[in-house]
Amino acid sequence: MKDNKNSYKLQVKNINVYYGHNKVLKNVSMHIEANTVTAFIGPSGCGKSTYLRLFNRMNDYIGNFRKEGDVFIDGRNIYDKKIEVEELRKTVGMVFQKPNPFPKTIYENIAYGLRIQGINKKNLLDEVVEHSLKQAVLWDEVKDELKKSALELSGGQQQRLCIARALAVEPSVILMDEPASALDPISTSKIEELIFELKKNYTILIVTHNMHQAGRVSDKTGFFYLGELIEFGDTKELFTNPSNERTENYITGRFG
Amino acid sequence: MKISEKIIEKGLWLSAFITVVTTVGIIWVLFSESFTFFREVSLVDFFTDTQWTPLFTKKHFGILPLLTGTLLTTVIAIAVALPVGLTIAVYLNEYAPKNLTRVVKPLLEVLAAIPTVVYGFFALIVVTPFLQGIFPGMAGFNALSPGIVMGIMIIPFVSSLSEDALRAVPNSLREASYGIGSTRFQTAFKVLVPAAASGIIASVILAISRAIGETMIVAIAAGQQPRLTLNPMVPIETITAYIVQVSLGDVPHGSLEYKTIFAAGLMLFMLTFVLNNISFWINRRFRQQYE
Ligand SMILES: Nc1ncnc2c1ncn2[C@@H]1O[C@H](COP(=O)(O)OP(=O)(O)OP(=O)(O)O)[C@@H](O)[C@H]1O
Ligand SMILES: [Mg+2]
Repeated sequence: MKDNKNSYKLQVKNINVYYGHNKVLKNVSMHIEANTVTAFIGPSGCGKSTYLRLFNRMNDYIGNFRKEGDVFIDGRNIYDKKIEVEELRKTVGMVFQKPNPFPKTIYENIAYGLRIQGINKKNLLDEVVEHSLKQAVLWDEVKDELKKSALELSGGQQQRLCIARALAVEPSVILMDEPASALDPISTSKIEELIFELKKNYTILIVTHNMHQAGRVSDKTGFFYLGELIEFGDTKELFTNPSNERTENYITGRFG
Repeated sequence: MKISEKIIEKGLWLSAFITVVTTVGIIWVLFSESFTFFREVSLVDFFTDTQWTPLFTKKHFGILPLLTGTLLTTVIAIAVALPVGLTIAVYLNEYAPKNLTRVVKPLLEVLAAIPTVVYGFFALIVVTPFLQGIFPGMAGFNALSPGIVMGIMIIPFVSSLSEDALRAVPNSLREASYGIGSTRFQTAFKVLVPAAASGIIASVILAISRAIGETMIVAIAAGQQPRLTLNPMVPIETITAYIVQVSLGDVPHGSLEYKTIFAAGLMLFMLTFVLNNISFWINRRFRQQYE
């Protein structure tokens, strides 16, 4: 068991999370392999976002947040005192529910992640901007208007821009919290195709309320209920033959 | 009940009416007196003559020395208030614990509540001697000392309005910035400040307009010598200080010398009016952006 530790990309060990006295994650453990897509589903308020944000320590800023247990990425404990959160977040990118581009140009949105690292060489930035936008399948739509404000893009384009922005700093893990919930069906399917492509190079964790989406894009699915990880396994298996009654009730739409 | 309601309504209407009438009255006096002034002094002289000596026997009516005096003290004040005010705003918004913010904000407002005459003497009696220790050639009256003190006075204008602007930046932008590996400092100055730029600019313009109109500090500590210079070490005079000087002096009412204060006042009014409107306009555009 212990020898296996390094073969997993992500490892969560006995995580408990509290907001004040409110326990919102209860003894969750999980292994995730590299280059897979893992979906988290469950009713509203069950702790999916909190769980996802453990991997880039985005909960740290919340005043009354407290956790027990450990999270490992590539075998390193990311809550270790020696870890710098800024460094961690360059390895673990995040895409949010609502597209949140900076009120800057398209170009500067992507370049930002490099600029804060002190990288300002124009030809290098040009290269990264182009590469990231191509990866996010947005390049063809915006290549002639990189100087335009990102806020002028459509919602779906903005979300792909946010994905490109996350990719620009070359993370190995990407966290997506309901990335398509604010988008129309066409933009949503574009994002889904994109996730499928990105899987080749990245390990992706995605929170979604959309069962079909989880079924389409993910290899593994975890079902959370009231802070507990009720069931975690192959997506196909979990959707066709859930081993827990609560999972079955949820995916068949009987509650949630 | 009904009657008291009516009285209240009439009372409110009356106060509004008095306010409007007073404002209109002031503007009318400014314009009409200035009009008679400009029948005797040409606009060209007013704006191109480099001397302002209405009280001397050899009279010149060039507003430029007063304008540069005003400009000089204002620039110095903003050079103090903008960096300090903005730093305070960023600190309170992004770094300070909420309790501290609750204590510091009212304390800052106190700065704006101190009577300006106190600031004036503070500039003259404390700051100027201190600066003379650093710059031995500095005159006892100068633009630098009142400029700095005026800057301190308007810090709360900049900090409190900038703080509002920063607070209005959606949290999602903070998350976006942190999520990609920014430090707090980078998030504050590379994302939040630019995103709040229009609000911050509006606050600065308002502060500028406050500094331009400030009278007591410059009247006390800057000297009363209209001088076309950008040297902050020598005595100068601002538009406001000149108006005070003439109002308190024994210039006969109705004379041309007397009318200069209306021309100078009109100039001042135009400056602050335009600035306030720009600030208002920027602020409104900015509000719409996030709502
Ligand atoms: N900042 C916070 N302070 C206190 N409690 C919080 C905070 N954020 C979330 N919670 C609580 O933690 C629990 C889990 O919230 P979380 O946002 O992780 O749920 P979720 O599964 O993502 O829900 P949704 O599907 O609605 O996004 C909820 O009960 C919520 O009320
Ligand atoms: Mg959520």
